[in-house]
Amino acid sequence: MSTDTFQPIASRPPPESQLGWKAWVRRSFFDGWGNTALTVFTLIALLLVVPPLVQWAVIYAIPDADNDACRAAHGIGACWGVVAEKGRLILFGRFPYEEQWRASLASLALVVLLVLSCLRALWRPALVVAWIGVLSLFFVLMRGGVFGLSPVETARWGGLPLTLLLSTVSLVLAFPLSILLALGRQSHLPAIRTLCVLFIELVRGVPLISVLFMASFILPLFMPQGTTIDVLARVLIGMTLFAAAYLAEVIRGGLQAVPKGQLEAAQSLGLSYWQTQRMIVLPQALRLVVPAMVNTFIGVFKDTSLVTIVSLYDLTGAVQLALGDADWRKFFLEGQLFVAALYFVACFAMSRYSVWLEQHLNTGTRRQ
Amino acid sequence: MVQQPDSLSVSSRPPPKQRVWSWRSQAFRGTVYQIVALAVLLAAAAYLLHNTFANMRMRGIQSGFSFILQPAGFGIGESLLPFDSSNSYLYAYVVALSNTLRVALLGIVLATVLGTVIGIGRLSRNALVSTLCGAYVEITRNVPLLLQLFIWYFILTESLPPIEEAWQANGFFFSKNGLQFPLPVAELGAHLSTLGGTALGLVAAWWYARQARLRRESTGAMWPVWWPSVALVVGLTVLGWMAGGMHTEWDIPERTELNVVGGGSVTPEYLTVLLGLTIYTAGYIAEVVRAGIQSVPYGQHEAAASLGLSRAQELRLVLLPQALRVIIPPITSQYLNLTKNSSLAVAVGYPDLVSISSTSLNQTGRAIECIALVMACYLTMSLLTSAFMNFYNARARLKDR
Amino acid sequence: MNPQDPIIEFRCVNKWYGEFHVLRDIDLQVARGERIVICGPSGSGKSTLIRCINRLEEHQQGELVVDGKALSDDVKVVEAVRREVGMVFQQFNLFPHLTVLENLTLSPMWVGRIPKAEAEERAMQQLQRVRIAEQAHKYPLQLSGGQQQRVAIARALCLTPKIMLFDEPTSALDPEMINEVLDVMIELAGQGITMICVTHEMGFARSVADRVIFMDQGQIVEQNAPEAFFNNPQRERTRDFLSKILAH
Repeated sequence: MSTDTFQPIASRPPPESQLGWKAWVRRSFFDGWGNTALTVFTLIALLLVVPPLVQWAVIYAIPDADNDACRAAHGIGACWGVVAEKGRLILFGRFPYEEQWRASLASLALVVLLVLSCLRALWRPALVVAWIGVLSLFFVLMRGGVFGLSPVETARWGGLPLTLLLSTVSLVLAFPLSILLALGRQSHLPAIRTLCVLFIELVRGVPLISVLFMASFILPLFMPQGTTIDVLARVLIGMTLFAAAYLAEVIRGGLQAVPKGQLEAAQSLGLSYWQTQRMIVLPQALRLVVPAMVNTFIGVFKDTSLVTIVSLYDLTGAVQLALGDADWRKFFLEGQLFVAALYFVACFAMSRYSVWLEQHLNTGTRRQ
Repeated sequence: MVQQPDSLSVSSRPPPKQRVWSWRSQAFRGTVYQIVALAVLLAAAAYLLHNTFANMRMRGIQSGFSFILQPAGFGIGESLLPFDSSNSYLYAYVVALSNTLRVALLGIVLATVLGTVIGIGRLSRNALVSTLCGAYVEITRNVPLLLQLFIWYFILTESLPPIEEAWQANGFFFSKNGLQFPLPVAELGAHLSTLGGTALGLVAAWWYARQARLRRESTGAMWPVWWPSVALVVGLTVLGWMAGGMHTEWDIPERTELNVVGGGSVTPEYLTVLLGLTIYTAGYIAEVVRAGIQSVPYGQHEAAASLGLSRAQELRLVLLPQALRVIIPPITSQYLNLTKNSSLAVAVGYPDLVSISSTSLNQTGRAIECIALVMACYLTMSLLTSAFMNFYNARARLKDR
Repeated sequence: MNPQDPIIEFRCVNKWYGEFHVLRDIDLQVARGERIVICGPSGSGKSTLIRCINRLEEHQQGELVVDGKALSDDVKVVEAVRREVGMVFQQFNLFPHLTVLENLTLSPMWVGRIPKAEAEERAMQQLQRVRIAEQAHKYPLQLSGGQQQRVAIARALCLTPKIMLFDEPTSALDPEMINEVLDVMIELAGQGITMICVTHEMGFARSVADRVIFMDQGQIVEQNAPEAFFNNPQRERTRDFLSKILAH
């Protein structure tokens, strides 16, 4: 046994040159000739672009809806007044002016419902009732004709409520359909499998715009003689079919990722096909593909802008409509940027939510 | 006492033929489900078809594809191929397809270049560059493509000066009316000679690279490959050009009092679609490239470094082969998305497939045929792309047990 | 360089990961042909230490001299050092898109600038040395873990290095494959190459090592010949660690 005791070396802080923000700056920006050149080049580019941008967007901008002031400042300062002036047209499309309170109430209700649905704590059967209730309220408020509300035809629905309606309803309808399609694609029955594959590949192989055209022009031909189908309904059907095909592929990826042992265990327990799918396979499969599903939701939300091409004025279409006004047409960029910002906020929030959801749903799959 | 079997080996027999049929077996149920499903589908299809024909009769719409050989009766705003209203609908579709391909192919090339740069930039150590690239991806992915197209369209048609005051740079004119650029004057012999030189240069470069590789394998000596190859291609192109008579005539656009004449031109509609598609798709390609590069485990870099490979060698021999396997399938589907997204051109007035089909539809009233033609075109492109992806995946798969 | 000089010398080497002091005042000399086993609990800095030798990790303070060359940011020095040092990783890190033979000939051809035929001959020799020559044209993912690790050892040997570093080479293997790799390493040890091995295989340490080093919390706690180390550990911490490792 040795007589001298062991002297453990205490932890010391790293030398000055390694620590702190100065070292980080040096490592990140000035690390070698190439990196330094890149930093300098980027800084120069930013200096050329950012100050004029800030000047235009903020410093010399006109916040009031003053057409003359805006014209005077054209090219020098942004005219955010166009948002104030045309805001209601952009947000609600061609919905009658006096009834727009109904549209905003309906949108608010739907947004609140969506946000609340994101909270895990509220995932209970009562939520389904809430969904049915709010969607019915939405339709009643927008359509009118009852409870003393004046009727507003669906062709006049537009702006934010239309975007929300299209995305929400088409996704809600597409979801069960996509599960059936995904299961059908995995099926052992050749006829079912072929039909599902054909549908999915057909819808995924063509642009959304042609699906919408098909829905707009061909669906009326399918109707029995004498009946017509609502414009909005046609578009909804088209979007639903489109979303269902894409979601089906996402869910199929999840189904394939569920280990085969799960199926074997369920079969050995005596569960039927539908019981197995409902209680064992689908919960696991869906949990696995949450990020991909939310990506698809974001995609559908953005794709609702295409209804502009079939003359339904959602948020994107409404701003084009609003800028038809010759007086305010010069300030199209500010209007478009406003709508772009709305989309950005919504989509960005959804993608952040997807990240959060993925982390929280996986707490059951990792050892604590 | 346990009875032991008499013989030690049992010879192999073919399996018994299935003779047992049960009304309750899975197979029978499966057949019933399929028959029911098909019957329901056929019944629904018959009902819809019946309605369709009734409605078409009522509206006086004729059916059939015979209309495609009749004169179109409309003009097409821009195209590479000549077209006037007396050409058939079929030819109109062909021209529209060429327009779609014209914008999609160039868009794919540009988006790949831009997307790769941004994807690599996102992985940069330089916080400024990685943040800017990240911001680019977030912004372009969270705003709908149609809105981006509208924004670009307005910028290109309202913010630019009118053609009398077009911005000029060395024979390039940029204005509300699009971009005009110098074109070599068409002289077939000279062009063929130059192109022949380029082709010869490419062959020579390939041959040189091959020789360098053989040299390296037999003696270990490493000849430079990049610079000589580029020099060969450029040099032989110049030689070809010289051999063709040193053709230097360009059709340069010139400013007249109210216009700019001469040279080649592209419309603002084309530029809008090209710019919008490139910028939008580059964001997605950047993410694909980034994921591909990050998919290569860090241990591969450690192994390559410990073996003494330089950064460039490591990139070429270890990182890229593995990263490309992960990048190519999703990037192919992004290319397909770009081609399908080019259909939005109808919103800004660029005469692509969907736009022409919509015009034809309005004129002939034959909705089903026109839409079916368009869908057939896109489906063909999709299926070709899927086939390629499957082929590539099968070939490039890392071989394991 | 004098053959009596140590082939690797650490002089008061310190390394930090951000604020975390991972290597503390390391002083270590490794003689030519010496075989060293480094053991210690996880997080003690053993892997970091050997990664500093071939500059896969950079130290911030102190001097580290390998084969007469002082390691620094100088790219040429690092390249020269890496040509003399071979490394075997816990996760094998074979290149999955190349065959076994291509894995081995990659570095000699591209770094050593050796003709292909000669590189392949050398590669087959090394494959025979680790007894896996028949798998030369297979892809890494087609082999078992033990086979892959032997290929990894052969790949490192193709550089004819003076020093071989092993970073827990058997930790990722199924138990029945550990011995085939250890046998190869024991054979290697008997051939005069300098070896530094981070491992938990104490049997290997006993039979092969000239010196066993125990590291804990970034510093060298104790080093000794194997007999003395295992039978008469001097420090409390070493005794603690050995009792946990040698219990079963």
